[in-house]
Amino acid sequence: MTVDQEAPARRSAAPERHRVRRVLARPEIGALVGALVVFAFFATLSEVFRGPAGIANWLDPASTLGIMAVAVALLMIGGEFDLSTGVMTGSTAIVTGLVATRLGWNVWLAIAVSLVFAVAVGFLNGYLVMRTGLPSFIITLGSFLMLQGLNLGVTKLITGTVLIRGLADVPGYHSASMVFASTVSLFGGAFRVSILWWIGLTALAVYVLRRTAFGNWVFSVGGDVRAARNVGVPVVRTKITLFVTTAVAAWLVGTMTILRLTSIQANSGIGQELIYIVAAVIGGCLLTGGYGSAAGATLGALIFGMVSQGIVYVGWDADWFKFFLGAMLLLAVLTNQFVRRYAEEAGK
Amino acid sequence: MSPLLEVRGIGKQFGSVVALADVSTQVSGGTVTCVLGDNGAGKSTFIKILSGAHRHDSGEYLIDGSAVRLDSPREALDRGIATVYQDLAMVPLMPVWRNFFLGSEPTKGWGPLRRLDIARAKETTRRELLDMGIEIRDPEQPVGTLSGGERQSVAIARAVHFGARVLILDEPTSALGVKQAGVVLRYIMQARQRGLGVIFITHNPHHAYPVGDRFLLLKRGRSLGEYGKDDITVAELTQLMAGGAELEQLGHELAAFGEVAARIEEEVATLAAPVKSEDEQP
Repeated sequence: MTVDQEAPARRSAAPERHRVRRVLARPEIGALVGALVVFAFFATLSEVFRGPAGIANWLDPASTLGIMAVAVALLMIGGEFDLSTGVMTGSTAIVTGLVATRLGWNVWLAIAVSLVFAVAVGFLNGYLVMRTGLPSFIITLGSFLMLQGLNLGVTKLITGTVLIRGLADVPGYHSASMVFASTVSLFGGAFRVSILWWIGLTALAVYVLRRTAFGNWVFSVGGDVRAARNVGVPVVRTKITLFVTTAVAAWLVGTMTILRLTSIQANSGIGQELIYIVAAVIGGCLLTGGYGSAAGATLGALIFGMVSQGIVYVGWDADWFKFFLGAMLLLAVLTNQFVRRYAEEAGK
Repeated sequence: MSPLLEVRGIGKQFGSVVALADVSTQVSGGTVTCVLGDNGAGKSTFIKILSGAHRHDSGEYLIDGSAVRLDSPREALDRGIATVYQDLAMVPLMPVWRNFFLGSEPTKGWGPLRRLDIARAKETTRRELLDMGIEIRDPEQPVGTLSGGERQSVAIARAVHFGARVLILDEPTSALGVKQAGVVLRYIMQARQRGLGVIFITHNPHHAYPVGDRFLLLKRGRSLGEYGKDDITVAELTQLMAGGAELEQLGHELAAFGEVAARIEEEVATLAAPVKSEDEQP
């Protein structure tokens, strides 16, 4: 009988609690809290970290990582992995470098050739995954290893070394560099233009994911591919588009890298693919697909940037960085699991 | 007026196996036709023909009075024949409104600015569900948090919204508990009241009888006959489905078991009596 007396009171409290749960249930909430904590931590310990120069400094690695993490998050929400993203930032830069320095083509043209190459690799990854029905983990592990071999083999074959250099002497370099690799001075900090790209692409990804039909399809193909197919979602097209998106993101980051350095190492980008995935997971993506956030992935990248530079600013050994990153990942996964369970109880 | 959907002597063979032979029925708007049969009776073959997943080999399939041959579920859907499958075609992690419009999203704007019309989608979802008598707290709620019955109902409401005139429900109550099954039966009645033709496939006569207008019984791919509600009782229906003689045999066995049970009960009662009186002593 006590239950009956409590019922009306509980019902009136329900919408309030429901809203709180809904905010907590947002996939990026863990990453947001994490980013604030990390910022507060390093900002109190180091004055440089919170100054304009420091901010410009940690936003730089966050930006290139963030561009990749956002694309990887979309793909993971769509229920797939891509292990070839890291090596692709190298491969696309190598294609640009070789076409520009060896064939002497205009840098813009070389970048365009590289873009075509990226779209082709992304399409091939997606096509193979969809056609064979094999896990994308295996298919893209294959393309990762093949590209790694190609990067080294082709670079050595053509240049005789493992380095492609001399991009600054090719026509079109300066204008391309303006677009992809310039810096803007603001309040005494030298901010990379890649930060603008990062913010713009994050906004675009958030918009596409939440406000377009395509975004709806992305969630559905990752959440329950059979159901999606049953109601007429173009599953194959959606997933292949996502693979092409990660490849194109890698092309953008590769282009930024080579224009910044005017040279590129044959082993550039290798090992980064897991860090992109880590950023996406810290940002709230489920490994099983169907759930996650583009803004979250960007926050995950921001945490990464702050930690990698913050450790240097407070004078710690940089060796601790990976430990810290691993701990963040574990914490994020546990938080996500807890929050999701809490949120799901709201419906019962 | 010709019925929405009619089959005359329809049949299907897989190689030399006859899956379905000589089945006839018709479905009019505002009626519920129950297709009953045990496992392997040919129910799923029958609905696969109706829903366009299989093509029939013999007989006639008429929609709005004209003979058709359907090559895909899409074709059936375009003619207003919608099938709600057991696996529901819904994504548990996605909000109700996103699921409702999945694959047929309403958009506004033009070219690269074409985007989801979220306000309209949410409003339509809420209204369509209310019309079915389902009140959801929040269209943002993930479908996974709904109960099995509510989920079925969302699927039914979706089919209705996208122009279904005939609803084929494939065992919608079989995986549900008693209360949840009741919820789904109520939505079947709602759909009927809105003038839809409903084909309700089930192996449970107790679910079929309260909502059905006509009962088509299948056994081993053949029709055992079609009955109106006035021609048959639920007991007769059950008996026909199970095969009369078999059920009678079972009845005798149960009766025999009942005698044993009664005797045991009696003994327990006599044993318990003194214990109880001892307990009552202070």
